[in-house]
Amino acid sequence: MPTLLRIVHNTYRDSVSLMQLSARIAGLAGVRQASVVMATEGNLALLREAGLLEGEVQASPSDLLVLAQGDGEEAARAALDEAERGLAGGAAGGPRRAPQESAPRSIRMALQARPDANLALISTPGEYAAAEALKALRLGLNVMVFSDNVSVADEVLLKREAEARGLLVMGPDCGTSIIAGVPLGFANAVRRGPIGVVGASGTGLQQVTSLIDQAGLGVSHALGTGGRDLKADVGGATMLRAIDELAADPGTRVIVLVSKPPAAAVAERVLARANASGKPVIACFLGAAAADVERGGVRAAATLEQAAAMAVAAARGERYSAGITRLPQFTAPRLAPGQRYLRGLYSGGTFCYEATLLLSQTLEDVHSNTPVGGATALADVWHSRGHTLIDLGDDEFTRGRPHPMIDHRLRNERLVREAADAQVAVILLDVVLGYGAHPDPAAEMLPALRAARATAQRGEREIAFVGFVCGTERDPQGYERQSAALAQAGVILAGSNAQAARIAASIALHHAEPARS
Amino acid sequence: MPNLLEASLGVVNVGLAQFAQTILTEGGAAIQVDWQPPALGDRAAGMALARLTGDSRIEQANAEAFAAFLGTVPVLRGIGAAGGTLPGMGERMILHAGPPIEWSRMCGPMQGAIVGAILYEGWAKDAEQAHALAASGALAFEPCHHHAAVGPMAGVISPSMPVWIVEDAARGARAFSNFNEGLGKALRFGAYGPEVLQRLKWIERSLAPALGTALAQLGGLELKPLVAQALIMGDEVHNRNAAASALLLRRLAPALARTRLAHEELAQVLEFMAGNEHFFLNISMALCKLALDAAHGVAGSSMVSAMSRNGVEFGIRVSGLGERWFSAPAAAIDGLYFAGYGPGDAARDLGDSSITETAGLGGFSMAAAPAIVKFVGGTPEDATANSLRMRSITLGESDSFQLPALDFRGAPCGIDLRLVVDTGIEPVINTGIAHREAGVGQIGAGLTRAPLACFTQALCALDAELNRR
Repeated sequence: MPTLLRIVHNTYRDSVSLMQLSARIAGLAGVRQASVVMATEGNLALLREAGLLEGEVQASPSDLLVLAQGDGEEAARAALDEAERGLAGGAAGGPRRAPQESAPRSIRMALQARPDANLALISTPGEYAAAEALKALRLGLNVMVFSDNVSVADEVLLKREAEARGLLVMGPDCGTSIIAGVPLGFANAVRRGPIGVVGASGTGLQQVTSLIDQAGLGVSHALGTGGRDLKADVGGATMLRAIDELAADPGTRVIVLVSKPPAAAVAERVLARANASGKPVIACFLGAAAADVERGGVRAAATLEQAAAMAVAAARGERYSAGITRLPQFTAPRLAPGQRYLRGLYSGGTFCYEATLLLSQTLEDVHSNTPVGGATALADVWHSRGHTLIDLGDDEFTRGRPHPMIDHRLRNERLVREAADAQVAVILLDVVLGYGAHPDPAAEMLPALRAARATAQRGEREIAFVGFVCGTERDPQGYERQSAALAQAGVILAGSNAQAARIAASIALHHAEPARS
Repeated sequence: MPNLLEASLGVVNVGLAQFAQTILTEGGAAIQVDWQPPALGDRAAGMALARLTGDSRIEQANAEAFAAFLGTVPVLRGIGAAGGTLPGMGERMILHAGPPIEWSRMCGPMQGAIVGAILYEGWAKDAEQAHALAASGALAFEPCHHHAAVGPMAGVISPSMPVWIVEDAARGARAFSNFNEGLGKALRFGAYGPEVLQRLKWIERSLAPALGTALAQLGGLELKPLVAQALIMGDEVHNRNAAASALLLRRLAPALARTRLAHEELAQVLEFMAGNEHFFLNISMALCKLALDAAHGVAGSSMVSAMSRNGVEFGIRVSGLGERWFSAPAAAIDGLYFAGYGPGDAARDLGDSSITETAGLGGFSMAAAPAIVKFVGGTPEDATANSLRMRSITLGESDSFQLPALDFRGAPCGIDLRLVVDTGIEPVINTGIAHREAGVGQIGAGLTRAPLACFTQALCALDAELNRR
């Protein structure tokens, strides 16, 4: 193994540069060991100890010594040449990079960069969300927790902290908010206006705000509370605070509350607070009796659409008379006498809830994986029976899968399967637009709609598809474009969830036109 | 603070980046956090961190600790024998670097250095006897840190060894360090051959008295201006002390010349100092120790007051957590090696010298010393980026030590353990690499990081202290 040595006279480089250069040439092919050092006594002794140097060297401490031991002489010589090139080229190192302005690694760092920030939007995995939310609150930020899988105990802790600091916590599991026209999470592009909305359900907020937009008015703020806020152990802390903030907000003239019926004590406090706001309040507690809701300036709405319509009327100083959407013109398909059943396949949980409530009033034999009203629980959520309404966003369907608003595959498969059932007369669908939803739901649904229709035709049946689009023209997907594509595919399009449910029921009952409420 | 709906909306987005994109698309303001689970996903520590965030008791305590840290006026006062000078130093006691560790668990270089110290003190006739004495339990081994002292690498200090005395002109408190022996075979790397012991005796009998006399003549030497100048001359005063050592020699040389030493003795003293670019390191460490001790002991403070390694464990101490150490296995070092050596030969991270980083020098002031970054194949830009990154985990900037590459902003200093856990940014440390066997010496240098686990443990302890859990 030849060892070659070269002396570069009167050349000084600092030891770190030389160590770096040594490492570089030692890494060349065929090189066993290599070293570039100033020829000081100490360094020469080190080299001798390492076995790289034998005998005396004619060099002074101001000379530079290059040593390379290679598999062959050629490799060693190449190493010496490379070292000399490295010495000539100044500092050994790669191409230069500019120092990077690093992204903030924590909420606190983000606040240093943007001291005027006033809200943290948290969508980390649920197990870490409570800690991030608590940090944000303690740093003086309002919080929206999009994440789910946060314990009730942590939710209570967060809401107490927020209350003590005069801050708002939206969530956990708050899918939708709109603050001053800015959509947070899954929300629609809604114009600004005089109506403030507080809701425990994301899709409920999306429906109400979209319909207000379609009616030509707008939304001041839409504040999500998370689905558990109105339960007894959380006590409606967020809704109470949100009502106060909307009451104090000069841009809000009318307030809408959207929720399932709260625990009785919670409902009492919420309604009292709403009444004390001094503004007209429309409370849509889906499934609650109007008498349990109305007091003072609080009016009850039975459906999401009615809530939107009543709010629009109140904001315009008009009397509420009718819904926002008009019944579409449609031709019901010719049904065989055995086609008696309705099947609803929902991506929005609140849409399924509202439809189940409405349909269990007019239909018998209603089933659901999330039963409410007169409906009964499905024994097997993967198999429909009688009239069936399925919330495909429920945990049992989303484990290991994206939410059906983003990924349509599961619903598409189910759609074709329902069409193969000779007893099915009508299939009911929701189509949710807005930020966070699929960029083109209609395009995702069309092949499945065609396949479903073909399946029915093979059985010499016709089948009705009834749906509605929740969204606005300014949404990235475009309300008109989506509606046109679905209508083209033969979907009977209603203006709202409630209306779609009524149309579907009338078809299932073989009535000429839907009942009015 | 105005209600959410009154102010214009500004969002800190933690999680799905598309949400920030939506906000920006719709004309809102948003900043995305480059998020990872704090404390390596330890949920309980994450909640403790959240509880300690924005705690006014901690903010106040940190302000007090940081002011005390900045307020020290370190003066190189003189030299004394460790035995009579260090508080609590016993007659049969040997001090070492890092958190406490018993003899049997010590790394090779530390055991070697202790054997050397025993021989140096004349407590044993030969290495074998010294080994037996060390293992017998007849000697006390304690961290330098428990005696207001610090020592590089093995950090071994025995009673007869001379120590530098650095005194706070503001409060009178003192901190101490041993003498730097130079590179190659040295006690701090565990070498204890005759030449090592002879040099230590020469330091004790010739060098220390000469420097002591010179310092007395100067009436002490104020250290902050010297370090400030060294930073501007390319030192970070941990792994590079070329400028500081030269500046010290420049200050001491005339005084030494007036000490009436014989010419040859004077020449030897000057030669020794001139031949060791790290001569200043131990003084740098002592002045950092002085400043951090001033910050230590403020109830509720989350400021880190010491970071140190014993070759097995990396330990930290925290101002508000008393005398406790929070330790994790010492890290390996990412570095360059002298010819003939490689990572397989290296000892784990060792020495009290990371006290410099704790005080904002060393790795934290890397922007001042681009040469150091080359140890890991970096560029001057990387050096600047390292100093900038350390700003994210510190309470403030030094009012004495400026970094030219950062537009003369102060060195980032005062590590807040909450910020380390929150960002996952570990303090960067410049360090030498010792051979894992006793006595071989330094075999390279490089960069390492203080392990996050130390900070996570300390955080949970502070939470227990303040929130009674």
